[in-house]
Amino acid sequence: MKLQQLSLFLENRPGRLGAPLETIAKAGINILTLSLADTAQFGILRLIVREWDKAKQVLDDAGWVVNLTEVVAVDVLDRPGGLAEALAVLEGAGLNIEYMYAFSVRRGDKAILIFRFEDPDRAIQVLLEKGLHVVDGDELLSVVSC
Amino acid sequence: MLTELWNDAEGGFHPASAPDFLPETALKQVQLRRLRAVVSLAYDNVALFRARLEERGLTPDSIQRLEDIQQLPFTVKADLRDTYPFGLFATPMSDVVRLHASSGTTGKPIVVAYTREDVGVWSEVMARTLACCGLHRGDILQNAFGYGLFTGGLGAHYGAEALGATVVPISGGNSDRQIMLIRDFGVSALCCTPSYFTYLIERAAELGVDLRALPLRAGIFGAEPWTDGMRDHIEAAAGIKAYDIYGLSEIIGPGVASECSAQQGLHIFEDHFYPEIIDPETGETLPDGEEGELVLTTLSKKAMPMIRYRTRDITSLISEPCACGRTIRRMRRIGRRSDDMFIIRGVNVFPSQVEAALLAVEGTLPHYQIILTRDQGLDQMSVEVEVTPEVFSDKIRALEDVRARLAKAIEHILGIRVGLRLVEPRSIPRSEGKAKRVIDRR
Repeated sequence: MKLQQLSLFLENRPGRLGAPLETIAKAGINILTLSLADTAQFGILRLIVREWDKAKQVLDDAGWVVNLTEVVAVDVLDRPGGLAEALAVLEGAGLNIEYMYAFSVRRGDKAILIFRFEDPDRAIQVLLEKGLHVVDGDELLSVVSC
Repeated sequence: MLTELWNDAEGGFHPASAPDFLPETALKQVQLRRLRAVVSLAYDNVALFRARLEERGLTPDSIQRLEDIQQLPFTVKADLRDTYPFGLFATPMSDVVRLHASSGTTGKPIVVAYTREDVGVWSEVMARTLACCGLHRGDILQNAFGYGLFTGGLGAHYGAEALGATVVPISGGNSDRQIMLIRDFGVSALCCTPSYFTYLIERAAELGVDLRALPLRAGIFGAEPWTDGMRDHIEAAAGIKAYDIYGLSEIIGPGVASECSAQQGLHIFEDHFYPEIIDPETGETLPDGEEGELVLTTLSKKAMPMIRYRTRDITSLISEPCACGRTIRRMRRIGRRSDDMFIIRGVNVFPSQVEAALLAVEGTLPHYQIILTRDQGLDQMSVEVEVTPEVFSDKIRALEDVRARLAKAIEHILGIRVGLRLVEPRSIPRSEGKAKRVIDRR
């Protein structure tokens, strides 16, 4: 049920984002979604790709510091308040969100969100109990056309 | 004991090492005899030295006891520059078989000379250095010190041959080839700067070569100050014992002092180099155990004797007996040089202090660089630290924590506020020689 997310350390200066993206592009890997968190000095690029193990390898080889993190994809109703309802469920269950970002594809009347929890297994259990839909890797890949 | 050790090839003992085990009285006799001879040689042949002695109303006969050395004037690096190129030579050029020179980054290089006999002494003290580090006949030493005008390469080379070890004279650089030869030749010992070796460790890992699985067992490191933390890192990552050696061109090159198996200070080859520790401010000689500037006198060099040369290296002498049995005194590892020091907002700072702080936080030493700038008349110090996989996190908060911890550790040691930037791996230039830790843009 969990997805592997790649995280990459970047210095916050012009041109730094292009280099790792070019590296994975050359390896023929398409990016399903990404998020960029930044501070004045540095940024963290977070990537979801289909061939995450191969992407990690080529980035490692190119000298980047790359981490693998397990994240959880959840779909919520794509209408006002959809996300707020889902968040209320998480809050109610005492689940702390480290960070989150939205997936770029829409799925029918739903939108997909990526969550980073401290304890992803427990989060998945709670989400399922509360009747939310957790999108697993295969399902996610079948939704996106690439 | 001596004869026993002479045959102890496994312990790295070599006949040349005999003077390392002289009783104190015998050593002092040798030192005094040689000191009187070298003072006479310099007085008779070096105009600058003669003039300085005459100013003080001294003659070579003023040296009756070893302590009398304290009356003699110091020699400083500027003396070598001022008399460039051959002004301090004590023998005719026809007796000089070798010249070496410093890189001369601060203007004119300094030039040093050797007679055939000097080269012999140099080979002997370097053989003693390598024996101290547990090397012997049958060892294969990869010599990654630079060959050429720099004394490191040829000094180590002749020493290894005098010991009877096999030398691989690869010189510095060409890292992939270095790693290939370490593996293919079954190299058992390697010498270079510690910072270059940390780069080789990094590169070997990238090439999929596990140094710990190879016969390599000793690293002989010199030419720049390094810390115990860096030693721990090197020893764990490469599966070797890392020895610190010491030397400087002005005195002879490498071969002035070396760590032994005890790794508790460096034995000075006192029968050739007479050590003193002085108060750098007053020039007064300090007793053993007290920290100050190391001053060395060459006791046997012919082409270019150096009398009371101020090394700028800060250390102290250890006269307690060493576990290895050598009777010659040791000096503490040099962590700082009086000219390594920079002053920021009135505070004296040594790069080794920053290194110690980084090590305390991370456990292993990351690559780092200190950048000094001036902003509106105020000195600013910033430390750039490469992010390693161990500290990297996908969470901003965790990275900010690392950054804050590193900055705090440095501020705690230096007592001043410093900037700290996390930078991408491999963004700080690697060096094949001495690492450049401080970039001063003021």
